[in-house]
Amino acid sequence: MARTATLPGAPTTKLGKAGYELDDRMLVSPWLRRTLNKVYPDHWSFLLGEIALYSFLILLLSGTYLTFFFDASMREVVYEGSYAPLRGVEMSAAYDSALTLSFDVRGGLFMRQLHHWAALLFVAAIVVHLLRVFFTGAFRRPRETNWLLGVVMMVLALLMGVTGYSLPDDLLSGTGLRIISAILLSVPVIGTWAHFAVFNGDFVGEEIIGRFYIVHVLLIPAILLALIGLHLLILVKQKHTQFPGAGRTEHNVVGNRLFPTFAAKATGLIFVVFGVCALLGGLVQINPIWLWGPYNPAQVSAASQPDWYIGFLDGSTRIFPAWDINLPGDYNVPALFWPTVVIAGAMFTVLALYPFIERKLTGDTASHHLLQRPRDVPVRTSLGAMGLTFYIWLMVAGGNDVIADKFDISLNAMTWVGRIGVVILPPLVYVLTYRICLGLQMHDREVLEHGIETGVIRRLPHGEFIEVHQPLGPVDAHGHGTLAYGGAPVPKRMNHVGGARRAIRGFFSPIEEPAQVELEQRAEGRGLAAGEERELTSSGRPIDTGRPSDGGRPQEPRD
Amino acid sequence: MTTHDTRPGSTGGADVPGPLYGGPDDDYTPEQLAAMSREDLDRLGARYDGVEILHVDAGPEPGSRLEKRAIRQVGLTFTLAGVFAFLFVLVYVGSGWFLPDWHWEISEGGWSALFTPLLGLLMGLSLLCVGVGLVLFTKKLLPHETAVQDKHDGSHFDRVTAGATLVGGWHNSGLARRKLITRSLLLMGGGVGLMLIMPLGGMIKNPSKGNPLGTTNWADGVRLLRNDGTPIRPGDQEPGSLETVFPAVPGGNRQADAATMLIRLRPEQVESLRPREGHADFAYGEYVAYSKICTHAGCPVSLYEQETSRILCPCHQSQFDVTQGAKPVFGPATRALPQLPLGLDDEGFFVARSDYIEAVGPTYWNRERI
Repeated sequence: MARTATLPGAPTTKLGKAGYELDDRMLVSPWLRRTLNKVYPDHWSFLLGEIALYSFLILLLSGTYLTFFFDASMREVVYEGSYAPLRGVEMSAAYDSALTLSFDVRGGLFMRQLHHWAALLFVAAIVVHLLRVFFTGAFRRPRETNWLLGVVMMVLALLMGVTGYSLPDDLLSGTGLRIISAILLSVPVIGTWAHFAVFNGDFVGEEIIGRFYIVHVLLIPAILLALIGLHLLILVKQKHTQFPGAGRTEHNVVGNRLFPTFAAKATGLIFVVFGVCALLGGLVQINPIWLWGPYNPAQVSAASQPDWYIGFLDGSTRIFPAWDINLPGDYNVPALFWPTVVIAGAMFTVLALYPFIERKLTGDTASHHLLQRPRDVPVRTSLGAMGLTFYIWLMVAGGNDVIADKFDISLNAMTWVGRIGVVILPPLVYVLTYRICLGLQMHDREVLEHGIETGVIRRLPHGEFIEVHQPLGPVDAHGHGTLAYGGAPVPKRMNHVGGARRAIRGFFSPIEEPAQVELEQRAEGRGLAAGEERELTSSGRPIDTGRPSDGGRPQEPRD
Repeated sequence: MTTHDTRPGSTGGADVPGPLYGGPDDDYTPEQLAAMSREDLDRLGARYDGVEILHVDAGPEPGSRLEKRAIRQVGLTFTLAGVFAFLFVLVYVGSGWFLPDWHWEISEGGWSALFTPLLGLLMGLSLLCVGVGLVLFTKKLLPHETAVQDKHDGSHFDRVTAGATLVGGWHNSGLARRKLITRSLLLMGGGVGLMLIMPLGGMIKNPSKGNPLGTTNWADGVRLLRNDGTPIRPGDQEPGSLETVFPAVPGGNRQADAATMLIRLRPEQVESLRPREGHADFAYGEYVAYSKICTHAGCPVSLYEQETSRILCPCHQSQFDVTQGAKPVFGPATRALPQLPLGLDDEGFFVARSDYIEAVGPTYWNRERI
C-alpha cells in the first residue's frame, strides 16, 4: 500500500524499505518479532539435543554425497581399483563401490569417515540428551508426547545405524547381516516368514543390500525429518523447561532472547559440531573396510563387534544362557530370541512408557516446567542409574572377548562375570544411588540450616573451639537458617557467595586494575570487603546471639 | 469500540480495510512510534510478546583494553578459520597437480597417507575456529541480557469455541444418525486401506516351499573341495588340522549354508570320539566333518583349539567339542553342529554320502519339523 510508505518512522534505508515491502506482501513481521524475542534458558545441558540435531544435518549432507558414488547392488564384480591387495578379488558391487569411494574418489574416504563419525555422535548425543531429560524430570506433563517422539527417534537412529553399517558389504557388515538374519529367524511363529519377506528368501540372497539402502537413505531419514520437525514444533509451542532459581517460576522462562545471543551461540555450536566431526573424520580412522575384505559366509574375524550403540544387544546375546524352549509338536523358541528381540523390545517399551508409569506411581498429574535436581527425586534417579548400569554392563559384555584377550583373562570367566554382573550390579547401583541422593539432600539441608563452613576457627571464652559458619539468610533464635530449600543448587563454599573477590581478567598479564575490580565489587555489595563486613555483623554471632551455629549442636549453652 | 464495529464482515458490502493485522496499532500511532528510540521500540515489541528484559550487562566499554583484546581475539579466530579453509582448498585441489599425488600406494607413507588426515585437520580446524569465534564474540562483545518470558496456560475460550465448531460440523454431517453412511464408510475405509497395502504382498514368500532353509547342496557323491576348488584325499591333512570345504557344485564356495569344516583328529582324540546318536558311521577314519555355520546366530565357527578339541564361534563365544559330535559345551548355542557323513569316491577323494540330516544354521520356530 502506498499509504504505508509515507508514514512517519517508515524506513529510509534500502534494506529497511525492502523489509517493509516484504512485510507488505507476506505479513511476516509479527511472527518474526515473536521468534526473535523468544527466550531460551541458558544452561549447557540444553545444547545436547542441539548436538543431535546438528549431527543429523551433517549426516544428511555427507550421506547425500556418498550416494553419488555408492552402488547398492550385490552383483558379483572383480575389483580393479587402486587398492592393490584386493585387485582381482571377486566381490559385490556394493563393496567394490565402497572401495572405489575410499581410494579413487578425491576426498571420498574423508567423507565416508566423516559420515560414520557423525553417525556415532548422532546416537551418542540422542542418548545423552535423553538422560538429561530423564534425570531432570523434563518428560513430565505436558511433555510426554515429546518424550515418546524422542524414544521413537532414538530407535529409528539405531535402525539407521544398523542399515547403514550393513551397506558396504565387507566381512564385518556381512557378519552383522548374518546375525540380523538369525534374529529374524528366531521370532516364534512368524520368524521364517519375516526372514523371507526381508531377505526375499534364504540368507543371503540378492536383494538385501538394495533394500537396506533405500530404507537407510529414504524411508528412515524421511520419517526422522518429519519427527524432528514435530519434536521442535512442540518444543517451541510448549516453551523450554528451566532449572529452579531466582525469579524462575512455573509460568516464565528466564534466559536469552533468540536474537542475537542465542542464535549466535547456536550457530557457533553448529560449526563446533561440524568441526569436531571433520577432525575425527580425517584424523581418526574408522571402519577400514579394505582391511576386512569382501563378505564371505564361510569367513569371520575375531572381535567382530557392531557400532557402539548396538553393543548392548551383542552383549546380552553373549551372556544369555543356552535356553531353547521346546514346545510340543516339535516347535521351539530359540535362545537367541530373548536377548535380542525381547530385551530390546522390553527396554524401549519401558523407556517409552516411563512418564506414564511414573505418573501412575506418584499420582503427580500436574504440569511442570521447572526441572528437578536428580538428588531430589531419588527413586527416579536410582531407577535411571540402574537402567544405565544394565545397558552399560551389557555393552561391556559385548566386548568380553577383547577384554579377555587384552587382560589375559579366561573368556569363559568373562562370560560368567557378565552373567553374574547383569543380575547383581543394577540393584546394587540402585541402592548406592539412593544413598548418594539422600546424602546430597541432607548436606543441602545442613548448609541451609547451619550455614557454610568458613574455615575460620574461633576459641570461645571457656576454651571451646568452634568453626564459624556463614548463614545463607536470616536466622532464628538458635542461629538456624530459616531459608527453605527451593530445588536450586545451594552454595557450599564461601567463594560461591562472594567470599573472595572475582579473579582479575587476563591470561599472561592482567588487563584490569585490581583496585578497579575491588571498587566495582564493593559497589555491587558482594566483594571480599563487603563479605567481611557481613561476616562481622551476621556471622560473628558470638556477640549477638551467643554462638555461631555449628552443625548439630545448637543447644549448647550460650556465653 | 463496540462489538458491532469490529465484527468481521460487518461493513455492509463496502470494500473498506479492516483493522491492521497483528500489533496494537490503535494504541500507538505512527507519530508516537516515530518519536520512540530504537531501544524503546525493541522493548515495546518484546513486552508485547510477553518478554521483559530484566537486566543488561553492557559489553566492554568502547575503546577499552578489554574491548580491543576481545576484538583481536575474535578477529584472529575468524582469520584463522579463513586461512585453514583456503589451505583445505589448496590441499584438495593441489594434490596431484603441484603437490604429490593423493592416490594410495601400497609402499608409500608420504603424501597419500597424509591426504585424508590433512583434509580432516584443515576442515576441522577451520570450522572449529568459526564456531569458537562466534562463541567468543557472543561472550565477550555482545551485551549480556537476562530476559524473562511469560508462559501461558491454554485459553478456556479457545477450547470451548474450537470445540463448538468441531462438534457443530460433526452434528451437521448427521453421521451419528445416518447409520448407513457410517457403516459404508467403515467398510470403505477398511477396504481401501487393505487394498493400498496389498502390493506389499509381493514381499511375502513361503519359507516352507522347496525347503531352502533346511537343505544345502551337499548330496551323495558330491566331492569336498577347498576354497580354491581342489579335492581332498585322506592323508592330505596333518593330524589335528582343520580345513574349510565346500560342495563341488557351481558357486559352492559362495553358498551361505554349505561351508563345512573337515577335521583330521589326532589319535588320542579318535580314542575319545563319542559321536552323537544316529551319527555313529558319519566319520571316515580319523576324519570328521561338521557344518561351519553356528547353530546360534549363523556366524562361521572358525577358531579351532585342537588341544582342547574345542571350536569357538567368535561372534558370541559358543564352544563345541569335536570329539563329542560337536556338542555345545559353553556359551549361548543349544544345538550341536550338524555332521556331514563322509565317504570316498572311486578316485579316492572325499565325498559326502548325503546332505546334512538336519537343518544347518540358526534355530527357528519349526526347524525340527523340516
